[in-house]
Amino acid sequence: MAIVSPGFHGRRRADPDLPPGQYLTTDFPVLSAGPTPRVPADRWQFTVTTETGAATTWTWADLTAMPARDVTVDIHCVTKWSKLGTTWRGVPVSAFLEDVDTAADYAMAHSYGGYTTNLPLDDLLDDQAWVAYRYDGDDITPEHGGPVRLLVPHLYFWKSAKWLRGLTLMLEDSPGFWETAGYHDYGDPWREQRYQGD
Amino acid sequence: MTASVDGNALAGALREIFAVDVTAAVVRCCGCGQAGAVAQLTVWAHAPGLVARCPGCSDVVLRVVRGPDRAWLDLRGTVALEVALPAE
Amino acid sequence: MARTAIPGRLTWRAATVTAVRDETPTARTLTLDVPGWPGHLAGQHVDVRLTAPDGYSAQRSYSLASASPTVELTVQVLADGEVSPYLGTAVKPGDQLELRGPVGGWFVWRPTDPAPVLLVAGGSGIVPLMAMIRTRAAAGSRTPFRLVHSARTPADALYATELARRTRDDAGLDVHHVWSRTAGRLTVATLNTHGWPPDFAPACYVCGPTGFVEAAADMLVALGHSPRLVKTERFGGTP
Repeated sequence: MAIVSPGFHGRRRADPDLPPGQYLTTDFPVLSAGPTPRVPADRWQFTVTTETGAATTWTWADLTAMPARDVTVDIHCVTKWSKLGTTWRGVPVSAFLEDVDTAADYAMAHSYGGYTTNLPLDDLLDDQAWVAYRYDGDDITPEHGGPVRLLVPHLYFWKSAKWLRGLTLMLEDSPGFWETAGYHDYGDPWREQRYQGD
Repeated sequence: MTASVDGNALAGALREIFAVDVTAAVVRCCGCGQAGAVAQLTVWAHAPGLVARCPGCSDVVLRVVRGPDRAWLDLRGTVALEVALPAE
Repeated sequence: MARTAIPGRLTWRAATVTAVRDETPTARTLTLDVPGWPGHLAGQHVDVRLTAPDGYSAQRSYSLASASPTVELTVQVLADGEVSPYLGTAVKPGDQLELRGPVGGWFVWRPTDPAPVLLVAGGSGIVPLMAMIRTRAAAGSRTPFRLVHSARTPADALYATELARRTRDDAGLDVHHVWSRTAGRLTVATLNTHGWPPDFAPACYVCGPTGFVEAAADMLVALGHSPRLVKTERFGGTP
């Protein structure tokens, strides 16, 4: 039974087309759990490590030479803002898994700065997830996860790890940074899976 | 722009959980062993939870997440909290 | 549904705005009636929660500006703020909001503390320090206080009239302003001249934007003050 302030609107708007409990924003809020890593593109590396420890590494030059897609997607942050029609360029995650021999069902995304988040491997395949390196026509700024971030827009945005540096493939699910502190292991915004047990 | 604040900003979230004010407690960091007031931790509040880091080594010392009907408190980065109490 | 306050548990309370007072062109003080307010220490803060008609809610922390038991918050309107434009321009007497507190037990001053006090404020970081100055006066304390307040211009300085009066009337209170737009940032020389010698072991309270606080605290330690006696509160943002 909150007290409603008729004159207060905040910067967000309710919108019936959004996932439950979300509010529309037109700015692009910056959330961070620590200092922003500054990773020069020419020093950036991305490593996929399988459950047996086999590792494959790509550089910025490798990444930008791969076939990329331009995608326009809606993003939903668990802190209740949604932003519609964001445009990104990235390489589908599946392109990095094509030649990888794995029986894993889960992946842990790792970031420069130590952040982690867990996802089912299936959610990274097909046209669902990208290793993104451009936002709105420009390089991704460090505040928004540049030079390279994960983009998994069908899950809450904490799954779209900023400052991406690797994926570790796992046979069993294991919670990442926010998932160990109460947030949902899957995080589907349309089912409002914010916290464990939701 | 992103900016951190300090452990004074943890007071409300921690006072929901603890019977005493924890921001005045002394916390020792697991990462580097530095000890200081919880109020002097570096706190990142523009996030899905409150993330408090050691001002010495920037390791995570304490995290609090508040759900609608629950809270999660992660103290893995904390060796110990020293809380002043009235003498018995 | 009535909420029963369990003693000792922190709960949201309904607060009613009883008065609003302009402090500067961009800051206002709200006086609040908070039934059941338990009283507070100088330097403590409260959490304020606002809920929009569509259910969107936002929460912010504000330092208490007043001596207990009066509950006053001074709100600086931030250009890109979400909550402060409402509290700093729209809210009017009779309006209600949710508040919990007081909270925070570290950045506080008690009239029983014997050490001389140095207050260093950057911009609206003066708010909890003003609560200390007002609490000192309300308690009839003779503890020597010095305030160094950095603000962009005289027009930006909170509580300037009251501070001028108190400098005259409150024995043992000295106030020094630094107008940063013309005089530049706070310097070691200013803190050396208008603070206390480290030998006096003053209790130092520094509050302001993160960059200001870190610079001022470093200067105090460089001058020989014990880091243990320098308490800081950062409210983020840029100076």
